Amino acid sequence: MGIHVSTKINGDDVEFVCDAEETLLDVLRDRLNLTGAKEGCATGDCGACSVTIDGRLTCSCLTLGAEVEGREIGTVEGVAKGNELHPIQQKILDNAALQCGVCTPGIVVAAKALLEKKPDPSEEEIRYWMAGNLCRCTGYDKIIRAIQDAAAEMRG
Amino acid sequence: MASSTGEAPESKGTHQYQPRDFKVVGTTPLRPDGVDKVTGRARFGADMNLPGQLVGKVLRSPHPHAKLVSIDTSEAEALPGVKAVVTRDDFAENEAHHDILCNIMARDKVLYEGHAVAAVAATSRAIALKALKKIKVVYDILPHVTDVDEAMKADAPILHDDMFTHGVDPMPTTASNIAGRCEFGHGDVDAGFEQADIIIERNFKTAATHQGYIEPHACVATVTSDDYGELWGCTQGHFVLRNVSASLVGMDVSKLRVTASEIGGGFGGKTTVFLEPVCLMLAKKSGKPVKMAMTRDEVFKASGPTASSSMDVKIGCTKDGRITAGFAEVRYQGGAFRGAPADFGAMCAFACYALENVKAIGWEVVTNRPKGAAYRAPGAPMSVYAVESVVDELAKAIDMDPIDFRLKNAARNGDKSSYGPKFESLGLVETLEAAKNHPNYQIPLGPNQGRGVASGFWFNFGGETCSTLNVNQDGTVAISVGTPDIGGSRASMCQMAAEELGIPYDQVRAIVTDTSSLGFNDTTEGSRVTFSSGMAVIFAAREIIGKLCERAAMMWDIPVEAVKWEEGKAIPAGANAGDFEPLTLAEIADAAGGTGGPIAGHHEYNADGAGVSFGTHLVDTEVDPETGFVKILRYTVIQDAGKAIHPSYVEGQFQGGAVQGIGWALNEEYIYGDDGKLQNAGFLDYRLPVASDLPMIDTVIVEVPNPGHPYGVRGVGETGIVPPLAAIANSVSDAANLRMTELPMSPPRILKAIHQAEAAE
Ligand code: FES
Ligand code: FES
Repeated sequence: MGIHVSTKINGDDVEFVCDAEETLLDVLRDRLNLTGAKEGCATGDCGACSVTIDGRLTCSCLTLGAEVEGREIGTVEGVAKGNELHPIQQKILDNAALQCGVCTPGIVVAAKALLEKKPDPSEEEIRYWMAGNLCRCTGYDKIIRAIQDAAAEMRG
Repeated sequence: MASSTGEAPESKGTHQYQPRDFKVVGTTPLRPDGVDKVTGRARFGADMNLPGQLVGKVLRSPHPHAKLVSIDTSEAEALPGVKAVVTRDDFAENEAHHDILCNIMARDKVLYEGHAVAAVAATSRAIALKALKKIKVVYDILPHVTDVDEAMKADAPILHDDMFTHGVDPMPTTASNIAGRCEFGHGDVDAGFEQADIIIERNFKTAATHQGYIEPHACVATVTSDDYGELWGCTQGHFVLRNVSASLVGMDVSKLRVTASEIGGGFGGKTTVFLEPVCLMLAKKSGKPVKMAMTRDEVFKASGPTASSSMDVKIGCTKDGRITAGFAEVRYQGGAFRGAPADFGAMCAFACYALENVKAIGWEVVTNRPKGAAYRAPGAPMSVYAVESVVDELAKAIDMDPIDFRLKNAARNGDKSSYGPKFESLGLVETLEAAKNHPNYQIPLGPNQGRGVASGFWFNFGGETCSTLNVNQDGTVAISVGTPDIGGSRASMCQMAAEELGIPYDQVRAIVTDTSSLGFNDTTEGSRVTFSSGMAVIFAAREIIGKLCERAAMMWDIPVEAVKWEEGKAIPAGANAGDFEPLTLAEIADAAGGTGGPIAGHHEYNADGAGVSFGTHLVDTEVDPETGFVKILRYTVIQDAGKAIHPSYVEGQFQGGAVQGIGWALNEEYIYGDDGKLQNAGFLDYRLPVASDLPMIDTVIVEVPNPGHPYGVRGVGETGIVPPLAAIANSVSDAANLRMTELPMSPPRILKAIHQAEAAE
């Protein structure tokens, strides 16, 4: 028996029907064709599925689709304003802070959430905040630098 | 100054290195696929959907070793929503790809926990999973073995009753788990040990680790009723994938088109074939598109970890630091089928040293674990860990700086390598000198802190490659390559084409084409892409330059020999110099319709001359004596890139390789219980390094040009994972006065070693 859910995704009203056991990640990817969030593990350990729910950073693989009734969801698809990249996106490109890029959507969402909470994080704070986002390719160095650069630019 | 004359298109210049002033190569432009990747638009293996697609799921063996007595799928087939079920009965015997066939769908036996036994395609994942539960499999459980040394014993459970050890003369007549033996070296090691003042001999063990790509294997397949197939998925080599899949499914190669999606990491682990033929077979049987993706649990249990190892190393040296002999015997298990990279392990073990007497023996062993796959410099990190640990100990024993000790014995141009061929041009000494001069080598260390050094080697490969460049009417250029881009190679292809043609980087765009659009290309592996595909792009661009000169000659009505190409323009030369205004690539392209039609260049070859690659790593650690926890304080990667096309992505390869090595050294490990089952098949318990575990990773790019590439390029992808295991072990040894001979050096192991050392005092 499907469950009807009304929610907002990246500022737009969205309605969907899902099964009780479907995760928000399943709904985003399989029902709404928002494939920016990735499934790296489905157990909350890799961060590739990162989204925000009412502004709070969350693993969409650990949230049920049915739980987001009336909430506001932010996904990587909503981070750029039209064709204008968010500073974190631009700095990831400038710093070559991606190799394969499969972790990148999660990194973008998580880093943006950090900088909204804490505009001037230390390297250590960035590293601990990002500890839930696995990247196997880069060794994190360039990702951390990209976040530092984005933070500096956003502070102006 | 880069310039060439209007040569005949077949003469594209030489493969030999030629010094030049680069304009685009060596800069760090943004990658062409970057925006798609930061916005979530890039489509990876699991991001493709076809109308009406079914979901495919695999039933896997819960047992590490068992006879497959019977499989009854009737109840699963009867379940509403189930459209196809496949088992071993759907795949014909296949001699050419026998092991892959047995691995993708078990035949008479299951050989490891997670071995595929059947697969289902259904209208939803829930129905597919329900159907798997309705398949009745009768197993006849057999004893199992997962440890390499155990598997080599005469009374070990035998996996394959037709496995007779290769490389032993005469070949044994009884079956064993020892797939092969190999030996490399020269000189007389016994005589060499006679000359030694000090000899150190030790045994080492390393655990199996997983490549750990964040994207699980995924694909979508469709097969039409007249037997044409299309396959989309994440792979390091879609041409090889096509050939193997077509063969296993019983299709002509020309009837299967494979498109490589964006790939979310591979490191060797996606040079493989797992789901794809099964997906095609389900699509064929059901008549509908089928999508399959592994769960993370399946990735760990059924896709390629690297080998675990058990090794003996013995090295002797004189008091003044000359190595007189080196001996290594390495035993690698690579899972249930042939292929453990013991040969590479034996070949790489002593490659950093010029030795008069050296011998390395490799044993390739099978066990009840998943079929191993290549992992970044396959086989090298383990044997180099063992050798570099003993080298470090020898340097300490004679009170010599470890870099000086290595410099004294380092392989140089003209030396005979420990694995046979003579080295032609190599940058090992340059990396050692750069390490010695690096500020990180001088920083004072505090209590419980230590410093480690290690060097490492990888061959680098070339291989079958082809590439096409098309000049568009507006003067932009499209590159088609056949090697999946796993770490930014499309950017470097564009740079090399722009360099040759003399046009800006942003006027060139590279794509990875499907298998119907180019000839066969070997897989993205062996650090070969920037070297091989890059050189194909360079030669295709040179062919275009020849044609552009011909077109300009036609437009000017002068002989083609009187046209030269300089900085993106055709220029009249010789007797005609100054007679005409130069023609840009865009102008010639615009007029192409009147001078003979489209302009394209192509190059196909079997690339040879990939330059060998060496690196040296420096690492400072702090060992907590209370907990055994190792903290990486500073890490520096120094590696010879030949010529860095895009230095940022070269640094990225160095950093990524080093951090995978850090994981291997400190945390990562396939843990098996006595029941032969993997106990940590998830990211929580198989812990990859996370951002908070690490410092920044410093890099130094050394450039000793590869004589076999016009720009001097060497592959850079793999060497970076070779030194870290030893460098960290050496650093830990320095910090805690311990010689750790087993990896990973997890806190409990270190703590145990600390306690043992205390008890011994
Ligand atoms: S997929 Fe959600 S954390 Fe990995
Ligand atoms: S760039 Fe590949 S996992 Fe991060």
